[in-house]
Amino acid sequence: MIKIESLYKNFGDLEVLKDINNQIAAGEVVVVIGPSGSGKSTMLRCLNRLEEITSGQVYIEGTPINNNETNINQIRQKVGMVFQQFNLFPHKTSLENITLAPVKVKKMGEEQAKKIAYDLLDKVGLKDKADVYPNQLSGGQKQRIAIARALAMQPEIMLFDEPTSALDPEMVGEVLEVMRDLAEEGMTMVVVTHEMGFAREVGDRVLFMDEGRIVEEGPPKQIFGEPQEERTKDFLSKIL
Amino acid sequence: MSVSYKRKDVEYLLGFLDAVNWQEIYLSLAEAMPFLLKGSLMTIKITTISVGVGIVLGVLIGLARVSNNKIVGGIAKGYIEIFRGTPLLVQLFILYYGLPSLGLNLTPYFAAVLGLGLNSGAYVGEIVRGGIESIDVGQMEAARSVGMSYGQAMRYIILPQAVKRIIPALGNEFIALLKDSSLVSVIAVKDLTRQGRLIISRTYQSFLIFLAVAFFYFVMVFIMTRIVNYTERKLKVSD
Repeated sequence: MIKIESLYKNFGDLEVLKDINNQIAAGEVVVVIGPSGSGKSTMLRCLNRLEEITSGQVYIEGTPINNNETNINQIRQKVGMVFQQFNLFPHKTSLENITLAPVKVKKMGEEQAKKIAYDLLDKVGLKDKADVYPNQLSGGQKQRIAIARALAMQPEIMLFDEPTSALDPEMVGEVLEVMRDLAEEGMTMVVVTHEMGFAREVGDRVLFMDEGRIVEEGPPKQIFGEPQEERTKDFLSKIL
Repeated sequence: MSVSYKRKDVEYLLGFLDAVNWQEIYLSLAEAMPFLLKGSLMTIKITTISVGVGIVLGVLIGLARVSNNKIVGGIAKGYIEIFRGTPLLVQLFILYYGLPSLGLNLTPYFAAVLGLGLNSGAYVGEIVRGGIESIDVGQMEAARSVGMSYGQAMRYIILPQAVKRIIPALGNEFIALLKDSSLVSVIAVKDLTRQGRLIISRTYQSFLIFLAVAFFYFVMVFIMTRIVNYTERKLKVSD
């Protein structure tokens, strides 16, 4: 589904990602953890080329994306993304936030897009908020709308960039619940998070990143139970 | 404030008011009115078209300024530098008196609209750029992440939000443009200012007529300000 090949990313002189290699299978839920500044968000953003890749390659279903011939807009339709700061469109209602891309990008009919949107609103438990503008929603509600917006394009992969980090603690649960449902439905997910509980319960595989490299990876049980690397142990001891 | 009026002063003032021939003023104004109204219409016409030209140009220039293409951005920057760096009056002179020596004769009206529009485009361009840059980068990222092209993201997500923020600045710009349009009177356009001067050249009542001209401008600006405020309030509703 996703293949990352010797991925490097520099910001000026700063090497943020150094030789990242990985493969993510269809239906897999991969959780990326690590200290801040370790490059985990940058790596995630390279997967739909929101960050330009310095060198190396990322394949989405076999299509290389670091490539001028590839239409990145088409790739992005298959790869949904959820942001830490929600980034809902403030001048659009919840419903419009969800229908906009299907209508404008996929050229879907207005009615069909609305139908899909209502189903998604139902799924994230916010059917009654369809005609409300984002500024009238709580953080947790905003993030659930943002998930619905990404799902409206019927993506095959979902990327989550610290989706609960900007939320008040009491709203983290409702967002994680939506994500858990999504994982159970078999969505391929890459999740950058500090929610170790979620990583342990929902993750199929955990990647621990530090200083721009994947230091260790494995099933959650192994990473949290018996980490092999010193840096992993050190990190986990600080946060658990 | 304790100002003590001396009797002498009061008498002087009353004498001055007595000396004013109110009937004559009334007659001159009545006579001037059709010309001033005609001039006002011309001023409104020129300003409206120039505002249109300014908006279209300004949006293009603003978009060019924020584009990643260095050449496009550079051209836009150069344009702004030139039109902001030289006086509007000189720009009008070049268009109307300068171009004919190259074989290009513009009508006064066309030269006026072109000059004001080109000039306004530079200022609006900077306002639009500021508006676009004030929108959080997350908005562009979210739009791109669902597969929108750069152009779609600009059109559906960035510009609608930017427009709301720049309405007050745009309003100021257009009020300034309305007043600056009085400069076109020197290239033979019969706008409000020129009509005033034409009347004065016949009647020599500079003070009265220029006061009337100022009053007409004031009324137009007053109305325009209300329109800007109204638009601003209307657009705020969805925030």
